[in-house]
Amino acid sequence: MLSNLVINYEEAVAIVLFGIGFTTLLFQRNLVRKLIGMNIMDTGTFLFLASMGFINGRKAPIVVNGVQDTAAYINPIPASLVLTGIVVSVSVTAIMLSLTVRLYHRYHTLQLDDIYVLSKHQTEDR
Amino acid sequence: MTNSFITNFPLFTIVLSLFSGPLCYMLKRRMARYWTIGLECGLIAMVSAVLWYTMTTGSSFTYVMGEFPAPWGNEIRAGVLEALIALVFLLVMLSSVIGGSKYIDIDIDESKINLYYTLINLMTAALMAMVWTNDIFTGYVFLEILTLTSCGILIVREIGRTTLAAVRYMIMNLLGSGLFLLGVVLLYDVTGNLLMVPMQEEIAKLITNSQNMMAITMGLGILTIGLCIKSGLFPFHYWMPDTYGWATPTSGAVLSSLVSKCYIFLLFKIYYRVIGIEVFEQLPIRNILLVLGLMGMVAGSVSAMRANNINRMVAFSSAAQIGYIYMGIGIGGKVGYTAAMFHVMAHAVTKSTLFLTTPRLSDVSGGSLLFRNLQGSGIRDRAAGVYFSVASLSMIGIPIFAGFSSKLLFAEAAVDSGSMTKMVLVMIALALSSMLNAIYFIRTMIRIYQPDTTGIRVSAKRVSYQIPMIILTVMNLALGLFSWYFAGMIEQGLSMFG
Repeated sequence: MLSNLVINYEEAVAIVLFGIGFTTLLFQRNLVRKLIGMNIMDTGTFLFLASMGFINGRKAPIVVNGVQDTAAYINPIPASLVLTGIVVSVSVTAIMLSLTVRLYHRYHTLQLDDIYVLSKHQTEDR
Repeated sequence: MTNSFITNFPLFTIVLSLFSGPLCYMLKRRMARYWTIGLECGLIAMVSAVLWYTMTTGSSFTYVMGEFPAPWGNEIRAGVLEALIALVFLLVMLSSVIGGSKYIDIDIDESKINLYYTLINLMTAALMAMVWTNDIFTGYVFLEILTLTSCGILIVREIGRTTLAAVRYMIMNLLGSGLFLLGVVLLYDVTGNLLMVPMQEEIAKLITNSQNMMAITMGLGILTIGLCIKSGLFPFHYWMPDTYGWATPTSGAVLSSLVSKCYIFLLFKIYYRVIGIEVFEQLPIRNILLVLGLMGMVAGSVSAMRANNINRMVAFSSAAQIGYIYMGIGIGGKVGYTAAMFHVMAHAVTKSTLFLTTPRLSDVSGGSLLFRNLQGSGIRDRAAGVYFSVASLSMIGIPIFAGFSSKLLFAEAAVDSGSMTKMVLVMIALALSSMLNAIYFIRTMIRIYQPDTTGIRVSAKRVSYQIPMIILTVMNLALGLFSWYFAGMIEQGLSMFG
């Protein structure tokens, strides 16, 4: 069992990263730290996908010297999935940062608990 | 026009709404609204054609994008169930946009109204893509687009509470998306495919050789938790009242009745088409969903009873209704899945009606949503009072309304399930939840119909409000009165699913 972890150390690290990111996103009270956690979580997934998609000794799927055997190349799809995932992650981070800025302008703190208490005192009840 | 041309329509619904997004950004706000409404009507016509086509031919069809055959490329698949769900989603979307347009003008800064319609169009594209797609990674991408747009339509009402609600909503959703992505990646690693049909073949092979069972169960479990968080199943439901309650009414209606349902539909589709429903029924995930669903039904109703604000009450009752749907999936069997899918439609119709009527009741009560100020509001605004009562009765489960039919289907499914414990648990939870529903909705109805002394009377003359509410109420009655017809359609769709 443990030897499997050593052989697949990249995947093991990826899952550990995912766990770190997940708990950071869930339990940190500071908004910016939460966002960093989210990015670590996504990066863990990308590492997992990228390392699973790579096979030792094979080349990028570009035909050189006329070698057309598929066994010589790796599948490009996992890499493209990672790229798609990165794009999604970037846009989500951008939106969350802009929300953070807006909250900071209004409440002058980044602690989610404090913001929650402050917002309760507002009388925006419609 | 030949029939085969209809097979292009599912793709058109996605692409047209996707391109309408940037277009609405360039249009003036009035034009953006007309364009959005016109587009939704067009999409409804297209989806109706797809529904008619799949029902008459009796089989589903797959649209292969770029004509790359199965293991490669990307596919869209349309059957009766997808078409039916898409049709209900679009009708509810159209009604919400028209019915809440007055509040869109009030709540949103004038220069940003066209942006709201941009978001609505992008959201329609994401909803349609998630309903039609046959590719699990496309599902993930549009799931993120749906998350971003739902955050967008939440924060357009620029008050502190919505921003905070949006941040909390996004944090829960990001946890969900991260888990969903990891689950998809695990399943991809095990099967080597992203299209649902080849994935199911691979998984069937692995199951017969009992290889990689751990990875499949893990992947599916992680993916399930992700989508449960995103749709707001019981322990993850606490963000609902702030999110739905403070948003502009259209956003509240769309988020509660469409967005959360869309995640459930995607999950259901993955169970049916990726894992295979026979395999899924052997996994323990089903029982966990059943238990969480049952707990959600009761917990959501209890929270709703304790709310002092009508919007919070309606939002918490969403948590209970999401519990019903997961309970249906948890009971299993053809009847259970039919009941779950029927409740997706019934709840979408009912909840959007409630979210579109509460702001009108509050308008005639000095702009307050608190129960004590709402006294007599149903008399002051008769139309809103009637629509609210119809939706409330449907929520409680009074016969002839949609809510009754879905509860009946759930009970049938429980009896059919063949397990005594399951049946007893479901029956008790159904009875308890219905009773609690009745308590808080009837209490609200008594409150809004109590005579007041102000003597103000408002009659909703605005056609733009009446038409969508009539559409929603008619849908509610149709689902209630002809439930056997819709249940038959869902069953036909399920048989095409496998």
